[in-house]
Formats: sequence, C-alpha cells, structure tokens
Amino acid sequence: MNPLLVRSENTERMLNLRRKISNHLVTALAVVATLVVLVPLIAILGYLLYKGFSSLNLAFFTKPPAPVGEEGGGMANAIVGSGVILALASAMGIPLGIGAGVYLAEYGRGTWLATAIRFTADVLNGVPSIVMGIAAYSLIVAKQHHFSGFAGGVALAIMMVPTITRTTEEMLGTVPQMVREAALGLGIPKWRTVISISLRTASPGIITGCMLAFARVAGETAPLLFTALGNQFFGVNLNQPMAALPLQIFAYAVSPYDEWHRLAWAGALVLIVMIMVSVTLVRIFTARGALKGGQH
Amino acid sequence: MNEPNLISLPPTPVAQSVSPENPTGAPDLPPPAPSAIRKFLNSKSSGRVPDGAFRGLMFVCALSIFLIVLLILFVLISSSKLSIHTFGFKFFTGTTWDPVSGDFGALPFIYGTVVSSLLAVAMAVPLALLVAIFLLEICPQFLRGPISFLTELLAAIPSVVYGLWGVFVLVPIIRDQAGPVLEKYLGWTGFFVEPNFGVGMFAASVILAIMIFPVISSISRDVMRVVPPSQREAALALGATRWEMIRISILRNSRIGIVGSVILGLGRALGETLAVTMVIGNHPDIMKNLFAPAYTLSSVIANEFTEATGDLYLSALIEIGLALFLVTIVVNAIARLLVWAVTRNNSAVAH
Repeated sequence: MNPLLVRSENTERMLNLRRKISNHLVTALAVVATLVVLVPLIAILGYLLYKGFSSLNLAFFTKPPAPVGEEGGGMANAIVGSGVILALASAMGIPLGIGAGVYLAEYGRGTWLATAIRFTADVLNGVPSIVMGIAAYSLIVAKQHHFSGFAGGVALAIMMVPTITRTTEEMLGTVPQMVREAALGLGIPKWRTVISISLRTASPGIITGCMLAFARVAGETAPLLFTALGNQFFGVNLNQPMAALPLQIFAYAVSPYDEWHRLAWAGALVLIVMIMVSVTLVRIFTARGALKGGQH
Repeated sequence: MNEPNLISLPPTPVAQSVSPENPTGAPDLPPPAPSAIRKFLNSKSSGRVPDGAFRGLMFVCALSIFLIVLLILFVLISSSKLSIHTFGFKFFTGTTWDPVSGDFGALPFIYGTVVSSLLAVAMAVPLALLVAIFLLEICPQFLRGPISFLTELLAAIPSVVYGLWGVFVLVPIIRDQAGPVLEKYLGWTGFFVEPNFGVGMFAASVILAIMIFPVISSISRDVMRVVPPSQREAALALGATRWEMIRISILRNSRIGIVGSVILGLGRALGETLAVTMVIGNHPDIMKNLFAPAYTLSSVIANEFTEATGDLYLSALIEIGLALFLVTIVVNAIARLLVWAVTRNNSAVAH
C-alpha cells in the first residue's frame, strides 16, 4: 500500500481514470454480451414461429405422414405416440422420483446414505440421454428382440427421476418442522404426516419439479432413437415401435424433401409450444409456491 | 378450534370412581362421539406396520437411484464385452473406423467430442459470466425478470430443434457469411481453411455453445448470489469501482463454484447428441481445420446404432457409450463437488 501513498497527484489521477475506464468497459461488455446472447434466442424462436406457423394446418394434427412425394400429411401419429410414451414415462418416473425425494428429506436427513443418494441423483442427471437409450436398448429391446414404445418410456422415466427427486427433497426441506411436529404431536403416524402434511404443503414446488422433468424429456430424441424407433403409422400398442414428435422432426429434418422440412418445422413449433406451456405453468406454480413458502 | 376435545382426555374426577365392573380405573363415560382423527387413530392404518412399510417403500425408491446407475453400468459393460476383449485399450487409440473389415478405433470420435466441447465452453463461458454479472449487478430491476426468463428459455428448447435451426439457418450463415470472413482474417492459423461447406466442427461448437450457455450462466449466477452482501459492501466502502467490487468480492469468492458450473456445462456438451449430429458433418477424421466435418462419440452412436450389423459392430458402439457414460460421470462428479463446496461454505458463512 505504501507505494500508492507516495505517488504524485498526477499518477493517481491517471490511475483513477484507468479504474473508471475499466469499470465502464466491463459494464459495456456485459451489456453487449447480454445482447449477443439474446440474438440467437430471438433468431431461433422467431424463425421457428415464422416457419412453423406457415407450415401448420389442420392436417398436421389429424393425419399420419403421407408417402414421399405426396402433398399433405401430418404428424398425428407422432403427437399421439409422444403422448403415450410421455404418459408412461411420467407414470413410472414421477412416483419413483417423489418417493426417493421423500426418503431423502423425511427419513434420511443428515445420514451418509442420503448424501450418497443425493450425489448419485445429481450425477445421473448429467448422464447423456443417448446413454440412457443404449441402456434401455440393451435391457429391453435386445431381450425382447423388437423395438417398442415401452422401452422408450422406460428410458425417459429414468431421465425424469433425478430432477424430481432433487426438487421434491428441496421443497420438503422448506416445510417448517413445526408443522410436522404438530401432526406427530396429535399422534398421527409418520407416514400419514408425510403424505397429508409435508407433501401437501410442498405440493406446488413438487408439481413444478415434475413439470420441469416432463418438459425436459418431452423434447428428448436420443433415448428414443433405438428404443421407440419411430413408426409411420398410427399405433398405441406399447409393444410395437412407436412414433414420437422429436423422432419425427429429426427424421424429416435430415431428409432431402422440402415437404418434409416443412413438416419438421411445424413439428418443432408444436413441440416447443407444448414445452413452453408447461414451463409457463411452472412459473405460475413457483410464484404461488413462493407466496406460500414465506411463512418464516 | 371449535372442538377442543378432538382426542377427548378423560376428566380426572371420573377416574376416581372405580367401579367393580371397571377395575382398571379407566373412565366410565359414555363413549365420546368419535372424531375423524380418533377414528383414524383407532383404525389399523395407524399401527406400526404401515409406518414401517411406507418407510421401506420410500427407501426402495431412494435406493433405486443407486440401482439405476449400477444397472446402466452393468448392462453397458456386459454388452460391450466382445469389443473390450477384442480391442483392449487399443480401442481408444485406433484411428480407423471400418465396419466392413471389423476394425474399430474410437480416437476420431474422442477427438471430435473433446474439441467441439472445449471450443463450445471457450465461447460460452465469457458470455455466460458477463450475462450473469449483468443480471446480478448491472441490470435495472425491471429488465432482470424478462432477460433471465429469456435466457432460461434457451435451456427449454429441445436438442432436435436446435439441430433443425442449425441445419437450415446456422449452417448457411457459416458457409456464406461468417466462413469467408473467418478464412480471410484467421485462415493463416490453419483453423479456418476452405473448403467450407458450413457443416463441420465449427458449426457444431457454435450450436453447443448456445446450448450450454444457460447452464453455465444460471448456475454461476446462483453461486455468485450466495456471496454475503457484507463482502460487496466492504469493497464498495473502500472506494472500489463496481468492476473492482465484482472482481474482488464476487468473482474471487465464487470462483470454485464458477469452475463447477463451467465443468457442468462441459459435461452437457460432451453428451449432447442430436443437434451436433445434425451439423457436424459426421466424418471420422482428425483435422486441424475447424471447417472440416468431424464426428463425435454420441453422434456415431445415434447414426450407426440401428444400422449396426454384427455383434462386434454393436458392441463397439456400446463401448463408446460406456466411455461416454464414465467420462460424463467423472466430469459431473467433479463439478458437483465444486459447486457443493461453495454453496456449503457460504451457507455456513451466512448463518
């Protein structure tokens, strides 16, 4: 610090000027960076809306794909297939994820086992989706000797679990201990306390977590590539290869036909709208949860 | 509370009148109108058995997370056994990928994955940190919500849609507009050399950078946010400018967590499949030129898995998946530990 004190007034002024300039420079850089980041986002969304809306029509929602070279056709089978696969994945993934979260928050708090499970969940969350696809392939498709919507559902369910577990745990952590003690003090058994008091109180946040997980897997293509495989026809049989919206978008995007590119854009728009709607609902739920959560 | 005697306690005077028919001294009252809670408590479900069963069920759910990871590992190892035995470690150093002659080496894919991910991280990190700083320290309050919502929207767009946009918008831009400029000014480095078809390593890393940006930005913002306000105030009180305050008290205190967020982004980039597959050109070559097509671990699986003929081919692809699994697990574990270290320390400070 001493050299600073003996500096002449002039150097000090220079130094201050440099500090001010670097301050403004960084501020400007941060603003520019934000603008730069917003550009691709707006470009992607704008282009998607433009291309998607101009290609969207009623047939898209009601008709299965037309053969190559024929005009028209839609992705009705893919929308239905996605719905079925996602419903299956949610039916398996959500209870499992919530159960694990309940264990971590209500029973395992502070134990090494809970820490290990929490850590495993975080790590599982980062496993590439294509690896889930291979695992589901080797576990189910290779054993059954045929592709199936069921295998796709399993792969997506596994991907949902870690997100749901971690949000459930975090949300249960915000439930005040007093509320639990009040229930237990009335002689209500622990399991009933967990279900009717803890889970009920934390439900907005838990629903948020489930929808985030849902939104994430709704757009996943890689785990479905060699499990659900895709299908040109209508079908809700889980034992058969099944079409899914992301799969169909992928197949059409890499195809050489303009008509199929058009359908891919329309599919992408429908997929995004699906996801955006759930994300927006999440926002509404979180806002409400935050209001409820402010009891401290 | 309109019904104070939900679980009605026996009034004490009654307990004294012990009658011969009631030797235990229990109250000799007409039974109280059973309340909902009492009914519940008297029913079977309040016993010890359902409590244990519920706990056990939750425990099984939690344990299943372990089991899932172990199962994936086991399945991947057992289905790639053939390839592991045939090639050994040479699998990861071999440069030929020839399904016809049955010679499989994964080095070009490893190269493609590592280079595209590192480039993406190099592009995304400065932007992500600047945006995080902007949103935390500079941005006016009314813009904070919309901008952070918009950047989070980037995370909600599915991979396949990024790919679609990449194929029809980004690739033409790189081919026709950005490419010639880069070649003119940076061509001498050898990284940007014609021929440039748009698809290739460069397009893939740009797409990846856009995709991992929200991860890095939002997590590093979370880490920066837990820096105690006293640290900021101390720096400002000493006369620091805003940038000096950010550097001294925010970035220095949260550096470990920021590194963690960057590694998490790297982990995401390493495993990203669809968008990369659609724009990287899918050609297993190791080239210095970033305009040249390349191939990644995940995209070779995506492209060739369903067409793999023969057990060796399939098991080689599954071994690639195994490698990807192990690498991302290690990368994510390191990142999580770093992020945890920071948030735990700081929450201790905050108390």
